[in-house]
Amino acid sequence: MVEWTDSERAIINSIFSNLDYEEIGRKSLCRCLIVYPWTQRYFGGFGNLYNAETILCNPLIAAHGTKILHGLDRALKNMDDIKNTYAELSLLHSDKLHVDPDNFRLLADCLTVVIAAKMGPAFTVETQVAWQKFLSVVVSALGRQYH
Amino acid sequence: MSLTPKDKATVKLFWGRMSGKAELIGADALSRMLAVYPQTKTYFSHWKSLSPGSPDVKKHGKTIMMGIGDAVTKMDDLERGLLTLSELHAFKLRVDPTNFKLLSLNILVVMAIMFPDDFTPMAHLAVDKFLCALALALSEKYR
Repeated sequence: MVEWTDSERAIINSIFSNLDYEEIGRKSLCRCLIVYPWTQRYFGGFGNLYNAETILCNPLIAAHGTKILHGLDRALKNMDDIKNTYAELSLLHSDKLHVDPDNFRLLADCLTVVIAAKMGPAFTVETQVAWQKFLSVVVSALGRQYH
Repeated sequence: MSLTPKDKATVKLFWGRMSGKAELIGADALSRMLAVYPQTKTYFSHWKSLSPGSPDVKKHGKTIMMGIGDAVTKMDDLERGLLTLSELHAFKLRVDPTNFKLLSLNILVVMAIMFPDDFTPMAHLAVDKFLCALALALSEKYR
Protein backbone atom coordinates (compact mmCIF):
# COMPACT_ATOMS: atom_id res chain seq x y z
CA MET A 1 0.00 0.00 0.00
CA VAL A 2 1.23 3.48 -0.84
CA GLU A 3 1.89 5.76 2.13
CA TRP A 4 0.96 9.42 1.78
CA THR A 5 2.07 12.13 4.15
CA ASP A 6 -0.41 14.85 5.14
CA SER A 7 1.65 17.30 3.13
CA GLU A 8 1.47 15.16 -0.02
CA ARG A 9 -2.30 14.78 0.32
CA ALA A 10 -2.68 18.51 0.77
CA ILE A 11 -0.53 19.28 -2.26
CA ILE A 12 -2.40 16.86 -4.54
CA ASN A 13 -5.81 18.08 -3.33
CA SER A 14 -4.76 21.68 -3.82
CA ILE A 15 -3.64 21.07 -7.40
CA PHE A 16 -6.96 19.42 -8.28
CA SER A 17 -9.11 21.99 -6.53
CA ASN A 18 -7.54 24.75 -8.67
CA LEU A 19 -7.56 22.71 -11.86
CA ASP A 20 -9.32 23.77 -15.07
CA TYR A 21 -10.04 20.23 -16.27
CA GLU A 22 -10.89 21.30 -19.81
CA GLU A 23 -7.84 23.49 -20.28
CA ILE A 24 -5.30 21.16 -18.70
CA GLY A 25 -6.85 17.99 -20.12
CA ARG A 26 -6.88 19.35 -23.66
CA LYS A 27 -3.37 20.80 -23.42
CA SER A 28 -1.88 17.63 -21.94
CA LEU A 29 -3.37 15.20 -24.46
CA CYS A 30 -2.53 17.49 -27.40
CA ARG A 31 1.04 17.87 -26.14
CA CYS A 32 1.39 14.09 -25.87
CA LEU A 33 0.10 13.55 -29.43
CA ILE A 34 2.47 16.24 -30.76
CA VAL A 35 5.63 15.46 -28.79
CA TYR A 36 5.20 11.68 -29.06
CA PRO A 37 3.44 11.28 -32.43
CA TRP A 38 3.34 7.48 -32.25
CA THR A 39 0.69 7.86 -29.53
CA GLN A 40 -1.67 8.95 -32.31
CA ARG A 41 -2.06 5.26 -33.15
CA TYR A 42 -4.77 5.04 -30.50
CA PHE A 43 -6.83 7.90 -31.89
CA GLY A 44 -7.68 6.70 -35.37
CA GLY A 45 -11.36 7.53 -34.92
CA PHE A 46 -10.78 11.03 -33.59
CA GLY A 47 -10.76 12.97 -36.84
CA ASN A 48 -8.00 15.19 -38.17
CA LEU A 49 -4.60 14.81 -36.47
CA TYR A 50 -2.62 15.96 -39.46
CA ASN A 51 -0.35 18.45 -37.71
CA ALA A 52 0.07 20.34 -34.44
CA GLU A 53 -2.44 23.03 -35.41
CA THR A 54 -5.22 20.58 -36.32
CA ILE A 55 -4.55 18.54 -33.17
CA LEU A 56 -4.80 21.66 -31.00
CA CYS A 57 -8.13 22.60 -32.64
CA ASN A 58 -9.61 19.10 -32.61
CA PRO A 59 -12.78 19.08 -30.44
CA LEU A 60 -12.80 15.27 -30.04
CA ILE A 61 -9.27 15.35 -28.65
CA ALA A 62 -10.18 18.24 -26.35
CA ALA A 63 -13.17 16.30 -25.01
CA HIS A 64 -11.05 13.21 -24.48
CA GLY A 65 -8.41 15.18 -22.62
CA THR A 66 -11.09 16.40 -20.22
CA LYS A 67 -12.36 12.83 -19.80
CA ILE A 68 -8.87 11.57 -18.93
CA LEU A 69 -8.37 14.28 -16.33
CA HIS A 70 -11.72 13.53 -14.71
CA GLY A 71 -10.56 9.91 -14.62
CA LEU A 72 -7.79 11.07 -12.29
CA ASP A 73 -10.49 12.26 -9.87
CA ARG A 74 -11.08 8.64 -8.97
CA ALA A 75 -7.50 8.28 -7.83
CA LEU A 76 -7.76 11.54 -5.90
CA LYS A 77 -10.85 10.35 -4.02
CA ASN A 78 -9.30 6.94 -3.30
CA MET A 79 -5.66 7.77 -2.70
CA ASP A 80 -5.25 4.93 -0.25
CA ASP A 81 -6.33 2.29 -2.75
CA ILE A 82 -5.55 3.53 -6.24
CA LYS A 83 -4.51 0.03 -7.26
CA ASN A 84 -7.99 -1.47 -6.84
CA THR A 85 -9.79 1.70 -7.87
CA TYR A 86 -8.21 1.38 -11.31
CA ALA A 87 -8.40 -2.41 -11.72
CA GLU A 88 -11.31 -2.19 -14.13
CA LEU A 89 -9.82 0.71 -16.09
CA SER A 90 -6.55 -1.20 -16.33
CA LEU A 91 -8.35 -4.20 -17.84
CA LEU A 92 -10.12 -1.87 -20.26
CA HIS A 93 -6.83 -0.36 -21.45
CA SER A 94 -5.28 -3.81 -21.75
CA ASP A 95 -8.03 -5.94 -23.25
CA LYS A 96 -10.18 -3.50 -25.16
CA LEU A 97 -8.07 -0.46 -26.00
CA HIS A 98 -4.77 -2.38 -26.33
CA VAL A 99 -2.71 0.59 -25.14
CA ASP A 100 1.01 -0.01 -24.52
CA PRO A 101 1.36 0.95 -20.82
CA ASP A 102 4.48 2.96 -21.58
CA ASN A 103 2.12 5.54 -23.06
CA PHE A 104 0.70 6.24 -19.60
CA ARG A 105 4.13 7.50 -18.58
CA LEU A 106 4.40 9.69 -21.69
CA LEU A 107 1.03 11.30 -20.98
CA ALA A 108 1.96 11.71 -17.31
CA ASP A 109 5.15 13.56 -18.31
CA CYS A 110 3.17 15.88 -20.60
CA LEU A 111 0.65 16.51 -17.83
CA THR A 112 3.54 17.43 -15.51
CA VAL A 113 4.96 19.91 -18.05
CA VAL A 114 1.51 21.51 -18.58
CA ILE A 115 0.87 21.82 -14.83
CA ALA A 116 4.37 23.28 -14.37
CA ALA A 117 3.65 25.92 -17.03
CA LYS A 118 0.30 26.72 -15.40
CA MET A 119 1.60 26.95 -11.83
CA GLY A 120 4.94 28.60 -12.62
CA PRO A 121 7.22 29.06 -9.60
CA ALA A 122 4.43 27.68 -7.38
CA PHE A 123 5.32 24.30 -8.87
CA THR A 124 8.08 23.91 -6.30
CA VAL A 125 10.35 20.91 -5.91
CA GLU A 126 8.13 19.66 -3.07
CA THR A 127 5.01 20.06 -5.20
CA GLN A 128 6.63 18.26 -8.13
CA VAL A 129 7.72 15.35 -5.92
CA ALA A 130 4.17 14.85 -4.60
CA TRP A 131 2.61 15.31 -8.04
CA GLN A 132 4.91 12.86 -9.81
CA LYS A 133 4.50 10.35 -6.97
CA PHE A 134 0.73 10.55 -7.46
CA LEU A 135 1.05 10.10 -11.22
CA SER A 136 3.48 7.19 -10.89
CA VAL A 137 1.02 5.38 -8.61
CA VAL A 138 -1.75 6.00 -11.15
CA VAL A 139 0.45 4.81 -14.03
CA SER A 140 1.44 1.70 -12.10
CA ALA A 141 -2.21 0.89 -11.24
CA LEU A 142 -3.28 1.33 -14.85
CA GLY A 143 -0.65 -1.15 -16.02
CA ARG A 144 -1.27 -3.67 -13.28
CA GLN A 145 -3.98 -5.81 -14.89
CA TYR A 146 -2.16 -6.38 -18.15
CA HIS A 147 -1.72 -10.06 -18.85
CA MET B 1 14.23 11.15 -34.88
CA SER B 2 16.92 13.40 -36.29
CA LEU B 3 16.76 17.16 -35.81
CA THR B 4 15.19 19.19 -38.59
CA PRO B 5 16.55 22.69 -39.37
CA LYS B 6 13.46 24.06 -37.60
CA ASP B 7 14.16 21.96 -34.50
CA LYS B 8 17.73 23.27 -34.40
CA ALA B 9 16.58 26.87 -34.79
CA THR B 10 14.04 26.42 -31.96
CA VAL B 11 16.65 24.94 -29.63
CA LYS B 12 19.13 27.75 -30.41
CA LEU B 13 16.44 30.36 -29.78
CA PHE B 14 15.55 28.99 -26.34
CA TRP B 15 19.18 28.48 -25.46
CA GLY B 16 19.87 32.10 -26.24
CA ARG B 17 17.22 33.08 -23.70
CA MET B 18 18.48 30.63 -21.09
CA SER B 19 22.24 30.94 -21.27
CA GLY B 20 22.34 33.95 -18.94
CA LYS B 21 20.65 31.93 -16.18
CA ALA B 22 22.50 28.68 -16.81
CA GLU B 23 23.52 28.15 -13.18
CA LEU B 24 20.01 28.76 -11.82
CA ILE B 25 18.36 26.56 -14.42
CA GLY B 26 20.88 23.77 -14.02
CA ALA B 27 20.63 23.81 -10.24
CA ASP B 28 16.82 23.83 -10.39
CA ALA B 29 16.64 20.94 -12.89
CA LEU B 30 19.21 18.91 -10.96
CA SER B 31 17.45 19.54 -7.62
CA ARG B 32 14.15 18.43 -9.07
CA MET B 33 15.68 15.28 -10.54
CA LEU B 34 17.36 14.34 -7.24
CA ALA B 35 14.10 14.87 -5.33
CA VAL B 36 11.67 13.24 -7.76
CA TYR B 37 13.96 10.32 -8.64
CA PRO B 38 15.89 9.55 -5.45
CA GLN B 39 17.78 6.72 -7.14
CA THR B 40 19.79 9.40 -8.98
CA LYS B 41 21.29 10.45 -5.65
CA THR B 42 23.43 7.32 -5.74
CA TYR B 43 25.79 9.05 -8.15
CA PHE B 44 26.47 11.85 -5.71
CA SER B 45 27.23 10.07 -2.45
CA HIS B 46 30.49 12.01 -2.30
CA TRP B 47 28.70 15.36 -1.96
CA LYS B 48 28.27 16.99 1.45
CA SER B 49 24.70 17.99 0.73
CA LEU B 50 22.15 17.17 -1.95
CA SER B 51 19.63 19.79 -0.92
CA PRO B 52 18.42 22.28 -3.56
CA GLY B 53 20.48 25.24 -2.41
CA SER B 54 23.73 23.42 -1.72
CA PRO B 55 26.98 24.58 -3.34
CA ASP B 56 27.62 21.14 -4.85
CA VAL B 57 24.20 21.09 -6.55
CA LYS B 58 24.62 24.65 -7.83
CA LYS B 59 28.10 24.00 -9.16
CA HIS B 60 27.15 20.77 -10.86
CA GLY B 61 23.96 22.25 -12.29
CA LYS B 62 26.13 24.89 -13.94
CA THR B 63 28.59 22.27 -15.24
CA ILE B 64 25.76 20.32 -16.83
CA MET B 65 24.22 23.40 -18.45
CA MET B 66 27.61 24.50 -19.81
CA GLY B 67 27.90 21.04 -21.36
CA ILE B 68 24.45 21.32 -22.90
CA GLY B 69 25.23 24.81 -24.16
CA ASP B 70 28.33 23.44 -25.82
CA ALA B 71 26.24 20.67 -27.40
CA VAL B 72 23.92 23.34 -28.83
CA THR B 73 26.88 24.74 -30.80
CA LYS B 74 27.71 21.23 -32.04
CA MET B 75 24.19 20.19 -33.01
CA ASP B 76 25.20 19.30 -36.55
CA ASP B 77 27.49 16.50 -35.36
CA LEU B 78 26.73 15.68 -31.75
CA GLU B 79 28.52 12.34 -31.83
CA ARG B 80 31.84 13.90 -32.80
CA GLY B 81 31.32 17.03 -30.74
CA LEU B 82 30.60 15.12 -27.54
CA LEU B 83 33.26 12.44 -27.95
CA THR B 84 35.28 13.46 -24.89
CA LEU B 85 32.20 13.85 -22.73
CA SER B 86 30.97 10.48 -23.88
CA GLU B 87 34.25 8.88 -22.91
CA LEU B 88 34.03 10.55 -19.51
CA HIS B 89 30.50 9.22 -18.92
CA ALA B 90 31.37 5.77 -20.29
CA PHE B 91 34.64 5.01 -18.57
CA LYS B 92 34.78 7.23 -15.53
CA LEU B 93 31.28 8.29 -14.45
CA ARG B 94 29.45 5.23 -15.76
CA VAL B 95 26.04 6.84 -15.35
CA ASP B 96 23.29 4.45 -16.42
CA PRO B 97 21.93 6.05 -19.61
CA THR B 98 18.30 5.78 -18.44
CA ASN B 99 19.11 8.64 -16.08
CA PHE B 100 19.66 11.06 -18.96
CA LYS B 101 15.91 10.85 -19.63
CA LEU B 102 15.16 11.73 -16.01
CA LEU B 103 17.29 14.88 -16.11
CA SER B 104 15.87 15.79 -19.53
CA LEU B 105 12.32 15.72 -18.18
CA ASN B 106 13.31 18.09 -15.40
CA ILE B 107 15.01 20.47 -17.82
CA LEU B 108 11.71 20.52 -19.74
CA VAL B 109 9.78 21.22 -16.50
CA VAL B 110 12.07 24.16 -15.69
CA MET B 111 11.63 25.49 -19.23
CA ALA B 112 7.83 25.21 -18.91
CA ILE B 113 7.98 27.24 -15.69
CA MET B 114 10.27 29.86 -17.28
CA PHE B 115 8.42 30.15 -20.58
CA PRO B 116 4.77 29.21 -19.88
CA ASP B 117 3.49 30.75 -23.11
CA ASP B 118 6.47 30.18 -25.43
CA PHE B 119 7.19 26.58 -24.48
CA THR B 120 4.53 25.36 -26.91
CA PRO B 121 4.06 21.67 -27.82
CA MET B 122 6.21 22.24 -30.94
CA ALA B 123 8.98 23.85 -28.90
CA HIS B 124 8.73 20.99 -26.37
CA LEU B 125 9.06 18.52 -29.26
CA ALA B 126 12.19 20.22 -30.63
CA VAL B 127 13.92 20.45 -27.25
CA ASP B 128 12.96 16.88 -26.32
CA LYS B 129 14.38 15.62 -29.63
CA PHE B 130 17.59 17.56 -29.00
CA LEU B 131 17.97 16.21 -25.46
CA CYS B 132 17.34 12.66 -26.73
CA ALA B 133 19.98 13.13 -29.43
CA LEU B 134 22.35 14.54 -26.82
CA ALA B 135 21.76 11.56 -24.53
CA LEU B 136 22.40 9.20 -27.42
CA ALA B 137 25.68 10.91 -28.30
CA LEU B 138 26.66 10.88 -24.62
CA SER B 139 26.16 7.13 -24.40
CA GLU B 140 27.93 6.46 -27.71
CA LYS B 141 31.14 5.20 -26.08
CA TYR B 142 29.43 3.02 -23.48
CA ARG B 143 29.86 -0.25 -25.38
